[in-house]
Amino acid sequence: MSKKFSIMILFVCVVMTLLSVPVLAEDEVFQVAMVMPSKINDYSFSQSMYEALKVLQSEAGEDSFEIVYSEDMFNVADAREAIRDYADMGFDLVIAHGSQYGTSIQEIAPDYPETAFAWGNGTDFFGLDNVSVYQASAEQGGYVFGQIAAAVSENGKLGVCGPVESGDAKTYIDGFKNGAAEAGAEVSVTYTSSFSDVSLMSAAAETHMDEGAMVLTGTSQSIPGAVSVVKERDGLWLGVQWDTIPLAPENVLVSLVYDWTPILDEIIGNMAEGVYGGAAYDLTFENGGLQILWNTENLDIDQELIDMADDLAQKIVDGEIVPLPAG
Amino acid sequence: MGNLFSTATIFGIIGMAIRLAMPYLYAGLGELFNQAAGCFNLGVEGIMMMGAFSAFYVVYQTGNLLLGIIAAAVVGLLMGLIMSLISVTFKAAQGISGIGLTMFGVGLSSLLFKTLLQGTVLSVSGFTPIKIPFLGDIPYIGETFFQNNLMVYLAYCLIPVCSIVLYKTTLGLKIRSVGQNPQAADTLGVSVIKIRYLCVCIGSILAGIAGATFSIANINMFQEKMTNGTGYIAVALVYFSGWKPKGVLFGALLFSFVNALQLRMQVLGINIPSDIAMMLPYILTIVTLIFVQSRDAPAALSVPYERSEN
Repeated sequence: MSKKFSIMILFVCVVMTLLSVPVLAEDEVFQVAMVMPSKINDYSFSQSMYEALKVLQSEAGEDSFEIVYSEDMFNVADAREAIRDYADMGFDLVIAHGSQYGTSIQEIAPDYPETAFAWGNGTDFFGLDNVSVYQASAEQGGYVFGQIAAAVSENGKLGVCGPVESGDAKTYIDGFKNGAAEAGAEVSVTYTSSFSDVSLMSAAAETHMDEGAMVLTGTSQSIPGAVSVVKERDGLWLGVQWDTIPLAPENVLVSLVYDWTPILDEIIGNMAEGVYGGAAYDLTFENGGLQILWNTENLDIDQELIDMADDLAQKIVDGEIVPLPAG
Repeated sequence: MGNLFSTATIFGIIGMAIRLAMPYLYAGLGELFNQAAGCFNLGVEGIMMMGAFSAFYVVYQTGNLLLGIIAAAVVGLLMGLIMSLISVTFKAAQGISGIGLTMFGVGLSSLLFKTLLQGTVLSVSGFTPIKIPFLGDIPYIGETFFQNNLMVYLAYCLIPVCSIVLYKTTLGLKIRSVGQNPQAADTLGVSVIKIRYLCVCIGSILAGIAGATFSIANINMFQEKMTNGTGYIAVALVYFSGWKPKGVLFGALLFSFVNALQLRMQVLGINIPSDIAMMLPYILTIVTLIFVQSRDAPAALSVPYERSEN
C-alpha cells in the first residue's frame, strides 16, 4: 500500500515538474491576468478592459502577449483567491477590474513585489510601488451626453437608469444631469441597487418612458433590460462604457466607449522601465480614453450634433467647461 | 417633482405592478402545488433559469412563441422529475436538493448560453400586448388591465384554476391530504408517491414557464442569472399566501406594486434614498409576514414519506 502511495506521489511530482517547464520556457511572454465582476461580453465595464487587452495583444502578437481572465468574480473572497493565484503563477500584470477589489490588492500586492497590480476603478494605491490605480472620468462623457440628449429630446424629458450611487456610474450620471440641466432639460434618475437585475432595469426604463422621457441613458451590466424597452417603444438610448449599438441598432444613438489602451500602454511601458506601480491614471477625452461612438451606420445623425459634442469635449479638455457643478 | 397622485401615475403604477407580478404568479402557484403535497422545492430559481434559456433559444431559432413556452414547460418537467426522484423516491433532504437543483439550473443555463449563443446578448420578438375589445378602450382602466400580453392574462387566469383544482376536485383533496397526513392518505388508498411526483412536476412546469416570461414575454432577451432571485421570492410568497392561491395573488401584487411605486417615486424626484426605496418591497413583505400567520401550513411539508410496513 505504502509502495503504491509512494509511486503515486512520485508520479504527481513528475507531472507537476513537466507542467512547470513550459511556464519557465515562456518567460519571454508578457502575461496579463484580469479578474472581473461580470463577463468579457457584458457591453459594459468588463468588456471595455478585455477589448483593450485584445488590442494590445493584436499589436504585440499572440505569442508574446498572453491574456487570461476570471469572469463573474462578484464575490470578493473568490476574486481575492484568483488574484493571489495569478500572482503565484508569476503573471507580469494582474488587473483587478472592479472597485470592490481594493482590500484584496492591498493585502496581496506586498507579497509579490515582482508582480504589477492594477486596480480599477481604484481610488488609492496604498503607498505600494507595485500597485497602479485607474478610473474613468465618466463625468466628462456624462456632461457631453447630457447635452446631446437634451438636444435630441423633443419634450426635454430625459431618463437615467443607474445601478448604484457610487463609482463611475454616479460620476457619469452627475455629469449627465449637469450637462442636461445646462441645456434646459429635465432629468429623472432611478437606481436599482443592482448591477445585474435586468428585469428591474427594464421596469425602470418603462417607468421613465411612462412619465414621458423618450431619450434614456444608463450604465451597468444590466442595461440590456432597459435597452429592450427603449427598442420596443422606439425611444433613443445613449450607451456608456462600451459600444451598445449592437443591442438595438435602430435605437442607440451614441455610445461613450471606454478605451483603456492608453492607460495600459502607460502601465506596461513603465513596467519595462522597472516601475511597477505607485501611480494613478484617469481615462479622459484628453488622453483618448473616452471616445464618442456615433451610430451613423444605422441612424441619420445631424452633423451639427456631432460637431457640438466634439466642441464640448474639446472645451472640457481645454478647461473651459467643468463637467461637475462646483461643490 | 411630478405628481404621484395624478390619475395617469396611479394607473401607471398599477399597470406595471400587474406586469411585474406575472413571473411571481407562475412560480408561486407552482410552488404552492409542491408545498400543498408536502414537497418543498427550493430549486425554483434554477428551473426558471433553464426555462428562460430554453424558451429564448427555441424562439430565437424558430420565431415560434408557443414552441418557446412548450420548450420551457418540457424543461421544467424534466427538472421536476429530477427533483422528484431525489426528494420523493430517494427521500433526500428537500431543502438541500432544491438548492442543488438551483445551482445546476443556473450553471447549466450559463453553459448553454456560452456554447449555443457564444455568450452574446441577443433579442427576440416576444409576446406583444393584446387589446381586449371594448374593455381595452376604457380610459386608464383599459390600458392598465386590458392591454397586456397573453402570458399576463394567463397568469391571472391560473388563480381560479388552481383554486378549483386544489379545493373543488378530488385530486385537490388528495393533494392536500398527502400534504397534511400522508400516512392517513396512504391508508385510504391514495398513492403518496404519485401525488408528490405529480405536484412537483406541475410546480416545475409552471416554474419553467415563469422563467420563459422573462426571456420572451417581458425583456425578450436572455442574460445569465436574469431571474435574479425571483424563484426564492416565489417560495417566500407561498408562506406569505397562507398556502392559498388568492394569497399568492395578493402577495405577488403587493410586492410588485411596491416595486413599481418605488421606481415611480425615484422618477418623479421624490427625495428618498435609492437604497431605502429598493428595500421597500422586501421590508413590506417581511412586516406583512409577521402579521399574516397561517394555520394552514401542510403538516408534512418537507417531510419525506416512509411507508410503514407493519
